[in-house]
Amino acid sequence: MTRRARAEPPGDDDEWLRPSPKLRTVRRLEVAAATVPVVIVAGVVTGLLVGLGFALLAAALAVVAGLVLDWFVARRVSAWAYRERADDLLVRRGVMVRRLSVVPYGRMQFVDVTAGPFERPFGLATVRMHTAAAATDARIPGLTGPDAARLRDQLARLGEAQAAGL
Amino acid sequence: MTDAPTDRPGELGGAVTSNLSAQPVGDARPAAVGIGGRTGGPLEVATGDWHRLHPLSPVIRGGRSLIPLALVLAPAALGFGTHPHGAGGGGSGSQLSGHAIDLGVAGVVILLGVVSWIVTRWRIEDGALRIETGLLRRSSQRYPLSQVQAIDTVRPALARAFGLAELRVRMGGATGKHGRLAYLTVYDADILRARLLALAHGVDEDAPPPPERVLVSVPPARLAWSILLSRSGLASLMVLAGLIAGAFVAPDTVRPLIGVFFFPIIAILAISWRRFNADYRLTVAEAPDGLRLRAGLLETVAETIPAGRVQAVRLTEPLLWRPLGWCRLEVDVAGKEKRRGEDPATSRPLRPVLPVGPRADADWLLERILPDAAPALAEARRPAGRAPHRVRLKAPLRYRNLSWGHTSTCVATTTGRVTRTTAWVPLGKVQSLRWADGPVQRRLGLATVHLDTAGRNIRAALRDRDAGEVERALTELTEQARTARRTAGHQTAGR
Repeated sequence: MTRRARAEPPGDDDEWLRPSPKLRTVRRLEVAAATVPVVIVAGVVTGLLVGLGFALLAAALAVVAGLVLDWFVARRVSAWAYRERADDLLVRRGVMVRRLSVVPYGRMQFVDVTAGPFERPFGLATVRMHTAAAATDARIPGLTGPDAARLRDQLARLGEAQAAGL
Repeated sequence: MTDAPTDRPGELGGAVTSNLSAQPVGDARPAAVGIGGRTGGPLEVATGDWHRLHPLSPVIRGGRSLIPLALVLAPAALGFGTHPHGAGGGGSGSQLSGHAIDLGVAGVVILLGVVSWIVTRWRIEDGALRIETGLLRRSSQRYPLSQVQAIDTVRPALARAFGLAELRVRMGGATGKHGRLAYLTVYDADILRARLLALAHGVDEDAPPPPERVLVSVPPARLAWSILLSRSGLASLMVLAGLIAGAFVAPDTVRPLIGVFFFPIIAILAISWRRFNADYRLTVAEAPDGLRLRAGLLETVAETIPAGRVQAVRLTEPLLWRPLGWCRLEVDVAGKEKRRGEDPATSRPLRPVLPVGPRADADWLLERILPDAAPALAEARRPAGRAPHRVRLKAPLRYRNLSWGHTSTCVATTTGRVTRTTAWVPLGKVQSLRWADGPVQRRLGLATVHLDTAGRNIRAALRDRDAGEVERALTELTEQARTARRTAGHQTAGR
């Protein structure tokens, strides 16, 4: 709580919504999908070149790297949060570099909802709000299907109601 | 080459006087009809009729690819004319077939150009410009004029020779295309541009073009010096001087080096030339419908940025220019990034309004573009606007230049390690605000707020400020941006 206390504009902390807990599983699977091939390749290559002992060592190192990565990813997942205010959407993320985006609904150009191959089996989706500025970074991953649809419609409605020209 | 600069002021003057002379009479139509009869051009645009581009368009369009070809062919053709019996019979035969292929290619290029000319037509309808083109895949593009970001008149050297110009209508979308009418006669292009702008502002489309006032013009000598004094200019000069000096002292050791440095130097020269060409005699004029920029040596570009389309303004003061008191002022307009194959001179979203000039000129222009810029900068210059002392630990070089200030409509930020950069963003143009702090910043109790705009090249950020101050600023700026957005919206709706 103290960690991000400075980052927030005034308001009730309860209003912050978080991605689905299933996002943690999705990210864990993604890390596993990246780690397992590395473990196998590292083990087999060192096994063929050096010997069995080193092969186990290499594989163990790769596993440890995967676990460390998983820890980082878990921290990042728990840092995501968003909040819908009357005039703008707040998106908070990041652990090492913490970021908070304030995107007024009136600036929205379009919303896109994507579901990656790992997200789809869990019924999760990523909602992203685009403005005319390329630097705008308002992405919320790991929303459940109904949540994503609700947010998309809500953003579209508010965006239209408050639309401002360039 | 020598006569190019001399004929240019006259031409500029001509364009200005044609606008001015139309003004007191208050009626551009009678004169327009006379010339319209001659060209069959777009002077009855208001009626919504379809128009074609100028018949010479395919020649000019293909011209760029054909010029090198013509350069190759011309001597050979002349050679065949004067010496029908070439030195080697077989050689000339194969040359002949080679030229036949070249001619064939040229023919196909021209034929395609003619077909594209035949199938292209355009008109003005319901406050939009509509361009239809394509033979097999018809495409019909509609450019709503109320969303125009800028209108450019581009005149490549070849088009200038024929008195033609291209009209380019820039739209705001990140993925959208620009509307291009290539080519019209210069006269038609001028009238059409005035009419499109009038429509863009919701004024009566037959209204005479508003009078304009020249604000600033940049003398070529100053521009040349500024390019020489830029980092790349100075570096290439030093390398060149080194090579020449070396060539006299120890020719043998220098010879291989020439090969190494040859292409980089050519590239730098090309870039410098392009900059010189693009900013040559840049003139900024103010008209009620927006800022008019004119520039160019061989290829001339005249662009109009409608009032209120400037997303951000940047002032840069490179170290080498500072003793001379020079600076560079650029404005950012919404639109897509540079597309491949487009001229960098005409597709850049960042327009130098003042490629190089004294600070007083920049301030004077700034006041015209963003009236609130000076008070915002004055805020930044106050002690409270400067970065906290501890920032020296994190950004020792940048520390001196970091500051920010704002008024209720405009934010000014300064940054830069060696080159001092000042950026202004009107709060009504802010697309989103991003707060961020890194691990080092957190330890020092600092944070940064970025202001995102639809422009592509100007970054404005309240960098490395005290965390508490940043939090207040974020709330305040969000609030003020909302107010600014609403008032801007009301103004547009009122028009």
